[in-house]
Amino acid sequence: MAAVQISLPLPVLPEGWAAEKDFKAVGQLTHATDRNIEPVGPHFLAHARRKRHKRTFSEDDRIQAQVNVKKVEDEDAGEISEPEDPLMLQRDAKDWKGQDHYAVLGLSKYRYRATEDQIKRAHRKKVLKHHPDKKAAAGSTEDDSFFKCIQKATEVLLDPVKRRQFDSVDEGADVEPPTKKETQKGNFYKLWGRVFESEGRFSKIQPVPKLGNDKSTKEEVEHFYNFWYNFDSWRTFEYQDEDVPDDNENRDQKRHVERKNQNARRKKKTEDTARLRRLVDDALALDERIKKFRQQEHAQKNKKRLEKEAETKRLAEEAARAREEEARLQAEKEAAERAEKAEGKKAKEAAKNAAKKNKRVVRGSVKEANYFHVGGDAPAAQIDSALNIVDLIITKIDNEELAALTAQLNGKKDAGVIKQIFASEVKKLVEAGKLKESEAKSLLA
Amino acid sequence: MSEEESPAQRVAIGISFGNSYSSIAHTSGEGKAEVIANEEGDRQIPSILSYVDGEEFQGTQAKAQLVRNSKNTVAYFRDFLGQDFKSIDPTPCHQSAHPIQHDSTVAFKIKDTAEGAENTVTVSEITTRHIRRLKNSASDFMGKTVNAAVITVPTNFSDAQKEALTKAAKDAGVEVLQFIHEPVAAVLAYDARAEAEVADKIVVVADLGGIRSDVAVIASRGGMYSILATAHDYDVGGTQLDQVLMDHFAKEFIKKHKSGGDPRENDRSLAKLKLESEAVKKALSLGSSANFSVESLSNGLDFTSTINRTRYELLASKIFAAFTRLALHAVEKAQLDPLDVSEIILAGGTAHTPRIASALQSAFPESTTVLAPSTSPTALNPSELAARGAAIQASLIQEFEAEDIDQSTHPMVTVTPHLAHAVGVLCISGDPASGVFRPLVEAETPVPVRRSAVIATPREGGDVLIKICEGVREIKVTKPAPKPKPAKDEDEDDEDDEDDSEEEEEEIREKAWRVENVLAEAALKGLKKGAKVEVQVNVAADLSVQCFVREVGGKGGVRGGWSAPKPVENGSI
Ligand SMILES: Nc1ncnc2c1ncn2[C@@H]1O[C@H](COP(=O)(O)OP(=O)(O)OP(=O)(O)O)[C@@H](O)[C@H]1O
Ligand SMILES: [Mg+2]
Repeated sequence: MAAVQISLPLPVLPEGWAAEKDFKAVGQLTHATDRNIEPVGPHFLAHARRKRHKRTFSEDDRIQAQVNVKKVEDEDAGEISEPEDPLMLQRDAKDWKGQDHYAVLGLSKYRYRATEDQIKRAHRKKVLKHHPDKKAAAGSTEDDSFFKCIQKATEVLLDPVKRRQFDSVDEGADVEPPTKKETQKGNFYKLWGRVFESEGRFSKIQPVPKLGNDKSTKEEVEHFYNFWYNFDSWRTFEYQDEDVPDDNENRDQKRHVERKNQNARRKKKTEDTARLRRLVDDALALDERIKKFRQQEHAQKNKKRLEKEAETKRLAEEAARAREEEARLQAEKEAAERAEKAEGKKAKEAAKNAAKKNKRVVRGSVKEANYFHVGGDAPAAQIDSALNIVDLIITKIDNEELAALTAQLNGKKDAGVIKQIFASEVKKLVEAGKLKESEAKSLLA
Repeated sequence: MSEEESPAQRVAIGISFGNSYSSIAHTSGEGKAEVIANEEGDRQIPSILSYVDGEEFQGTQAKAQLVRNSKNTVAYFRDFLGQDFKSIDPTPCHQSAHPIQHDSTVAFKIKDTAEGAENTVTVSEITTRHIRRLKNSASDFMGKTVNAAVITVPTNFSDAQKEALTKAAKDAGVEVLQFIHEPVAAVLAYDARAEAEVADKIVVVADLGGIRSDVAVIASRGGMYSILATAHDYDVGGTQLDQVLMDHFAKEFIKKHKSGGDPRENDRSLAKLKLESEAVKKALSLGSSANFSVESLSNGLDFTSTINRTRYELLASKIFAAFTRLALHAVEKAQLDPLDVSEIILAGGTAHTPRIASALQSAFPESTTVLAPSTSPTALNPSELAARGAAIQASLIQEFEAEDIDQSTHPMVTVTPHLAHAVGVLCISGDPASGVFRPLVEAETPVPVRRSAVIATPREGGDVLIKICEGVREIKVTKPAPKPKPAKDEDEDDEDDEDDSEEEEEEIREKAWRVENVLAEAALKGLKKGAKVEVQVNVAADLSVQCFVREVGGKGGVRGGWSAPKPVENGSI
């Protein structure tokens, strides 16, 4: 065969690609399917020449070679047949509306699920068996009535419109909903699952959601019931129409029957919608999952409420505790302040007393130092001046300095020492700018 | 009776033997197949035998006897051959001799001798007589006695049926060189045309006959054919179309002649009605209307009427739709998509019906060519395909010893592994990061096989990567974006034409490839600007692969190979 021409370009060799001799094997072909090549045409002959190599093949080889060949012809549709009810075989084809078309073809198990292919094959099987010419040949006097039933069944089931009309009223495919009692014995999912599966055949929307089981999520269950409460059904009821008279003579009567049929169809459709709604209601009422979800929701809500309450309580308690703590701290503070105040007074008093005492000591030490007068009794002026200076010093220093001064003077008898102490005190005050030298010149002299 | 002729003395033809019609064909000196007209000028010879006072009629003359002599007329018997009575469907024989059980086979009770005694004639004997007539017609035409044939059979013809046919033919002095499947014969007839090119393609053969319709999906790979799936329907065919017209004309007749009775309720009237309805049906394949005319249709009343094609197509629409469904069903059974189908070959007499071809064309994508007289000017006559294919095959093998033919068609030769996936290379398109798979060898190609491709390279040449992979065909479905209202601008006149296409917002389905499995990588370095690369892949019978890549016109190249997959226990996959 000629080479294929491909106009899309090959990719550029990626950076760093390397292989020995520029080639690397990566994988292997997927397993092949054994098929027969048709032994026809010039190309096959060439193939045969290559393959035979003057070898001779035997019958065994034939069997061996064919073992795994993929089948392209259908097996006989053996699995479709089911036992034939003798009563059914006696049916009159005139009453074709009353016949179970699926049973006639041996497809009771399949019903609305039967494929076109299955119907065709079932039909062929039945034809082969029940053809009147064959019956006659076998000496049977049976009429061809059942054969006509077969033809009618096939006609209905192979016509999509007629099949829907029949499927709409095919009681054989109906699954009665279980009673409340039956349901409550357990097995809700199995019992009702079958009901919904059968009802689902009428849905315009396919696939239909499944009932599920106790592990289904809330979303799934909600989706399921929403689907069924909004069910869009193709079910129709014209199959149960009263026959419309075929003659043109009585047109009024014809119209009357047609009108009657229309009304009946409408009524049945309405009833069917109501029936389905009730059915879904019943299932919903019995569905433990709904209760479970409600309880869970309840528990969820309760849990939330309790949590909320606990939280408020906790917050209230916390607030109360905070308030108490604050009050306590306040009280403590006040007490401390009070204590401090009381303490302060005492100390002041003590300090005052100490200062008084100290002042007395200081003043006393002036007297001890003979008012800084050298030799003999000090004159009155000297006494005044010394006492003035000392008082001046006392007013210029605080209690601590006074205490220190007192400590220095305490026990000192020597006038010189005492004077010296005073002099240095004056000096300190002068340096600090609290006293002018002139004011204490007698001490410094 | 002559035993097997030695190849030198063989005169071989192709025979298509249907329930409704048979055809004979030979190949001319230049190897062109040609269907032979019998002495009555028929190329489609009704598979019917009829006996009048011991005289045997066949074909069109026998068919005419269905009116007056239906009990001694045998029709629709091919499928009874080699079967027991239990498994046959006698329905088509309702208006001719009825099949009966005879030992383990099927027979007919007919007065086939001058004495007028009722004889039990087996289906095998009937077949022998029919083939003898075909052989004689061919011999008359060729001027020498035909003694061998390739005969076409349905794909589901059992070994027992073939055996019975072999014997029946042999009794008529015809050695069956080979049975070939009807749909494959049709493909061969097309492929043998001088202008045909060998290509890898999926072909659907829809063989629409009289009492059965058969569809085969065939992988055509390098001139070899493998059947991937088949579908058979015994409820739709030309007979059902006849019935539509019979019902129509019967009603017309009743409307016109209230006292004439229903022509369907009287055997002779019914037979006349059927013959003329079939003729009208055939006429409607060519013309836009046809005349129905029967003398003394019922109760001595003549009846003429006309019908136009539109009316007919309306009446038969359900049956037409069934043909399309059957074809789609077969494609589905082959696990393929309509997009995979390159050609639909319409075969069988009913395939002349224009509406069937157009319905198929609209059910399949535009990329599918429907080969039928009404859709393709180059189409071959659908009624002749099987016989022509058989004749071509006969010309190919008539030189072979019988033993040779048997060995060449032995399962050891025909059973062959077919690739599960396509094998191809990864190319670049648009986004350089993601490659696009291009097949070299299609899936369902029998091995060993060799295929090559010539592939473009990046504009500047340089170094390229050749990545060999298995690819799986996928169907990409895109919903059309809601069309913006066409702004009133330039080409306003075009808008009208687009109106219909705008209404149906069909989704777009396309074939796309997914890389399933990387098999090997190779590099070609230093390519010239504008160079092309040839990639050759050889898959051996054991599924090991050799591959060779080189620059077209350049020296050297890269060669490599890889091993077969490990065998699977017990061979099943
Ligand atoms: N031109 C035509 N237009 C329409 N139908 C036709 C035409 N020619 C033949 N037929 C119909 O084709 C049918 C026969 O098809 P074909 O020749 O393929 O028969 P066959 O292979 O013997 O089929 P089978 O085995 O299914 O009966 C008949 O129903 C016949 O009326
Ligand atoms: Mg045919």
